[in-house]
Amino acid sequence: MNMPFYVAPEQMMKDRADYARKGIARGRALVAVQYVDGILLVAENTSNTLRKISEIYDRIAFAGVGKYNEFDQLRRFGVRNADVKGYAYSRDDVEARGLANDYAQILGQTFTHEVKPLEVEILVAEVGVAQADDQLFHILYDGTLVDEKGTSVLGGDADAIAGRLTSTWSADDALAAALPKAVAALAGPERTLSADDLEVAVLSRSNGRRCFQRLDHAVVASIVGGTNVPPKSPAD
Amino acid sequence: MKVPLFASDNDPGSDFSALLRRVGLDPFQAPAGPAANLAPHATTVLAVRFADGVVMAGDRRATMGNRISNREMEKVVPADRHSGVAISGTAGVAMDMIKLFQLQLEHYEKLDGRPISLEGKANQLSQMVRANLGAAMQGLVVVPIFAGYDSLRSTGRLWDFDITGGRYEEREFVATGSGGGPASTVLKVGYRLGLASDEAIELACRALWEAAEVDSATGGPDALRGIYPVVATITADGWQRITDDVLATVFTAIADGQRARGSAS
Repeated sequence: MNMPFYVAPEQMMKDRADYARKGIARGRALVAVQYVDGILLVAENTSNTLRKISEIYDRIAFAGVGKYNEFDQLRRFGVRNADVKGYAYSRDDVEARGLANDYAQILGQTFTHEVKPLEVEILVAEVGVAQADDQLFHILYDGTLVDEKGTSVLGGDADAIAGRLTSTWSADDALAAALPKAVAALAGPERTLSADDLEVAVLSRSNGRRCFQRLDHAVVASIVGGTNVPPKSPAD
Repeated sequence: MKVPLFASDNDPGSDFSALLRRVGLDPFQAPAGPAANLAPHATTVLAVRFADGVVMAGDRRATMGNRISNREMEKVVPADRHSGVAISGTAGVAMDMIKLFQLQLEHYEKLDGRPISLEGKANQLSQMVRANLGAAMQGLVVVPIFAGYDSLRSTGRLWDFDITGGRYEEREFVATGSGGGPASTVLKVGYRLGLASDEAIELACRALWEAAEVDSATGGPDALRGIYPVVATITADGWQRITDDVLATVFTAIADGQRARGSAS
């Protein structure tokens, strides 16, 4: 009879966390910052169709880094729950906090009970009527839920990016000032990122009922400059 | 009714109605017995194609038997940025269908990352009307008009429906509801290819005016309370509701014309 080897719970959790962290760190990062009119989300993403940032509901956006199929499944879960809740109750009853809790539950459950943890880190952002009501919920691969103030960084190299971002960021910036700062923080001192490397969206208070809006490459280029600067190498 | 995290072989896709059924919120349940005349009715709505798109219009009256139950109902609403839906029939069921239809379009757009084609939207509405057939057989009839700007073909398009969900694309105009007959006649007489936007708005207003003249369930412009029909244009720039000030001018001109004819009919 085969006896399973004993693995200490600490070791098992550590192995899983290492596995998830490695998966997430391979992907490129994403930042979200408050600006004067709402929340700005910027991801490093060369794909124009496989999105990291998307709309969940009138005032709520979703952003994910890590394994695409895993965070996309979570995104769909969010859209569905928000739409069903808005249909059964009212549009005003759909809020980010409840959704963030659901995500934390799912990620936590999967982390402890499934063979493989989800290799994702996600953000649920809600733009408030006033700036003080804006919310950024950052959820980690193990279900840890963090209510962040002002800025949030997801993905590989997060600490360095957060360091650069907090030294320049201000909640009173207009979009044209906030976007270059976010891009510079993502790029770091040695690289420059052009509009083609970026996926940018805002949750804007002045955008009517549906606050979410993508900024296309032309708009981003006009703010951060330079689309197609040097020819990019196909790999990364 | 929390939505679970669906496995890939069990996923309801982008269909919001299917999702609602999964969580036990079936929006189309037929009543157990005849239900005609138990609920308010919404009446005349129409749509006309013009050079840059379509005009949609509807009166504001809801009736219950021979009582006016609402004077300012909005039966013509945007479905999304580039399309609109107008509803005649049982008001409660119609309003829920509109809400569901708007949600379906938005739901699909969010899940799939791009909007449904205009034809696809008409098809979706058709399926909702069909799903309501059980209730329609008991008297809770809903007959919509769907119109919008087709950005793939750069033209306005419009559809009418029957209670079985039959979907018919019209090339020029369509009117439905209790005042649909007289409204259609006015549209037919006044229509020509390539109407300008203000001409199409005037024609739509005139059709509603004549419908209100002969059909008691259709409300005319109510200058006393400042309630005018809902009239909107849908073009490449999207849905735009015509302001009451503009409509007041149009209806004043129509009333003056009536007066000049010197007749009471």
